[in-house]
Amino acid sequence: MKYHSFLIKYAEIGIKGKNRYMFEDALVKQIRFALSQVDGEFEVSKESGRIYAKANGEYDYEDAVEALKRVFGISGICPMVQVEDLGFEELKRQVIEYVNQEYPEKNFTFKVNARRANKQYPLTSEEINRDLGEALLEAFPGLSVDVHHPQVMVHVEIRSRINLYSQIIPGPGGMPVGTNGRAMLLLSGGIDSPVAGYMIAKRGVVIEAVYFHAPPYTSDRAKQKVVDLAKLVSRYAGPIKLHVVNFTEIQLYIYDKCPHEELTIIMRRYMMRIAQIIAQKEKCQGLITGESIGQVASQTVQSLAATNEVCTMPVFRPVIGFDKQEIVDISEKIGTFETSIQPFEDCCTIFVAKHPVTKPNINMIHRSEEKLAEKIEEMVNTAVETAEVVICQ
Amino acid sequence: MDKMEVYLDNSATTRVMDSVAELMVKVMREDYGNPSSKHRMGMKAEQYIKEARAAIAKTLKVQDKEIIFTSGGTESNNMALIGAAMANQRAGRHIITTRIEHASVYQPLAFLESQGFSVTYLGVDQDGHISLKELEESLRPDTILVSIMYVNNEIGAVEPVEEIGRIIKEKNPGTLFHVDGIQAYGKYEIRPKRQHIDLLSVSGHKIHGPKGVGFLYIQEKAKVRPILFGGGQQRDMRSGTENVPGAAGLGLAAKEIYQNLGERISHMRELKDYFIDQVEKLPGVVVNSRKGEEGAPQIISVSFQGVRSEVLLHALEDKGIYVSSGSACSSNHPAISGTLKAVGVKKELLDSTLRFSLGMENTREELDYTVEALKELLPVLRRYQRG
Repeated sequence: MKYHSFLIKYAEIGIKGKNRYMFEDALVKQIRFALSQVDGEFEVSKESGRIYAKANGEYDYEDAVEALKRVFGISGICPMVQVEDLGFEELKRQVIEYVNQEYPEKNFTFKVNARRANKQYPLTSEEINRDLGEALLEAFPGLSVDVHHPQVMVHVEIRSRINLYSQIIPGPGGMPVGTNGRAMLLLSGGIDSPVAGYMIAKRGVVIEAVYFHAPPYTSDRAKQKVVDLAKLVSRYAGPIKLHVVNFTEIQLYIYDKCPHEELTIIMRRYMMRIAQIIAQKEKCQGLITGESIGQVASQTVQSLAATNEVCTMPVFRPVIGFDKQEIVDISEKIGTFETSIQPFEDCCTIFVAKHPVTKPNINMIHRSEEKLAEKIEEMVNTAVETAEVVICQ
Repeated sequence: MDKMEVYLDNSATTRVMDSVAELMVKVMREDYGNPSSKHRMGMKAEQYIKEARAAIAKTLKVQDKEIIFTSGGTESNNMALIGAAMANQRAGRHIITTRIEHASVYQPLAFLESQGFSVTYLGVDQDGHISLKELEESLRPDTILVSIMYVNNEIGAVEPVEEIGRIIKEKNPGTLFHVDGIQAYGKYEIRPKRQHIDLLSVSGHKIHGPKGVGFLYIQEKAKVRPILFGGGQQRDMRSGTENVPGAAGLGLAAKEIYQNLGERISHMRELKDYFIDQVEKLPGVVVNSRKGEEGAPQIISVSFQGVRSEVLLHALEDKGIYVSSGSACSSNHPAISGTLKAVGVKKELLDSTLRFSLGMENTREELDYTVEALKELLPVLRRYQRG
């Protein structure tokens, strides 16, 4: 069956009271953007609590569904037939025709579920359910009614026109991007940070990203990998502004001045500081990391506390309580896993000590950082100012 | 010093010659027929294949029909090994090779081992040479194939191919001798008939020809079963529409490279020896390749103490200098090079080794620039280490 329209269902934004129109508008905007990447012309409209996407002419159905499945805020995508209201007898004929085309095998249980937005309609919902059910049974003797667990639920929505649908393709859920502020993701190239970015974007947050590049210790391929990951996340989150910071000088300076076991912690504190400066410039309200308690030495609770100490912005760590496998599962689902496991060194491991501290003493860290006083501020400024911006989409 | 662009990765691939690129464009745009088509366009395309085959055959002093075009070095090696093993398995199932071969020899051999063939791997000395005595002792009546590379791709060791060929044929005339000549063709005068080579693998893009094309020389009487089946092109040996632009390009590159070969090679040897002399003056450096005639003219393997090869590679890249760590092909897997281990490079240097490989376009100034870059980078990189 060929569909030209989709009815878009959304869940959480339905309950946002007076802000509801704002969420709906954001969702419409995100749907338009997603469909602009698909072959074909689409019209996205909002009509009395419903969002419709209609194709004008030829389009790629599979691509359109795939694109919609990546729009946060959508709970269900219903490929739909819209018919004119030409009286109930005509509606019976239309519903029979719809079922006939949609289901080649007529041997399932079903239920008709009518809703009347147009309360002027001569029949009540109950009457519509009953009469259309009978008409279908008569037309297709192989069908049977099951009001509790039907295999097929035939939805009939009576509005100024009538919507017929029976398939609900699950959407990603969440909230439309653009409804919940802006945050800066520390994107490393590993498995965790793209997942963290995805999860926060899913809550409606616009994300930007920062990557710390350390040539010649990390290669252009490692950087390209991060760009590729940002592009994969952007399929859900929308275009991502990626800030590539050259971190080599700072790293070597810390290496020269501070105890080697503390290198990773101090380095991460500077990454957070730099990310925060860029985040402030970009009017972000938070930072996002892919940290998970205990995964590596720099992610013990003590280390996280030491890293967190330099941040004044909230730091969102959506995978903090996840096991590695749980994070892997999400990365496979969103399609970042294959890219994440490409073996390029990232800047966190290049100078890693044999025995890095796992329980950093914050006073000692402060004392070590004092040794950087001479040049570090200038270096941080330079790193921020020379950051390269790549738009990933 | 002004920044230069210095390409020292010619054993990974080379720049296509202008004349080759021009010819290929002509073939693709004007004479684009299918050599199997019966009409004039087909005949014209076939003509290119014939000419290319003849040009290549001439460089080896072999017959035209003994040249089969392939998709490159990997396919040539696969066809030689799997094809010969399949065709001769009734005579025996024993194969001999060395410990310093390329993956495109190892992997087909691993496949054959899984199919019940047994493989003997010959060790090498610190110069990368096999022991002829060990070879002789390893030959058995059921040895159907010996596969030994001419020039090693990582350190440039040159195997005594003619002597190897003689030993094999004296002991067991039926044993086929396959030579992976991918790094040797275009650098050496190869004479399969005199050197007792039955199968010789060559790749186009190592000799300033195009990628995606190569050839396998198959001595007229050698029994080899095809590994690709289909329309029966190239006398049933390699089905698939011929890569006409590729073959034409390879033919022309082969012809050009073997004109003035001596001159070109002595230029490269001079550069190689000069570079080794300069690099050896630097502290903490071990050159794994041999100067002069003992090593191939284009490959210089150098280990740098206390520096990770990948970091040095990227630091050089930043200065416009392009090299490989170990062998570019094996760089896809960050595993440590088998050749370097086999020639006894110290464990701590395995991950500190770069390959500089020369081409005919390199100059002494470029090498001076490279040595200066190393002088500047090594002390800095050595200061910052892991662990």
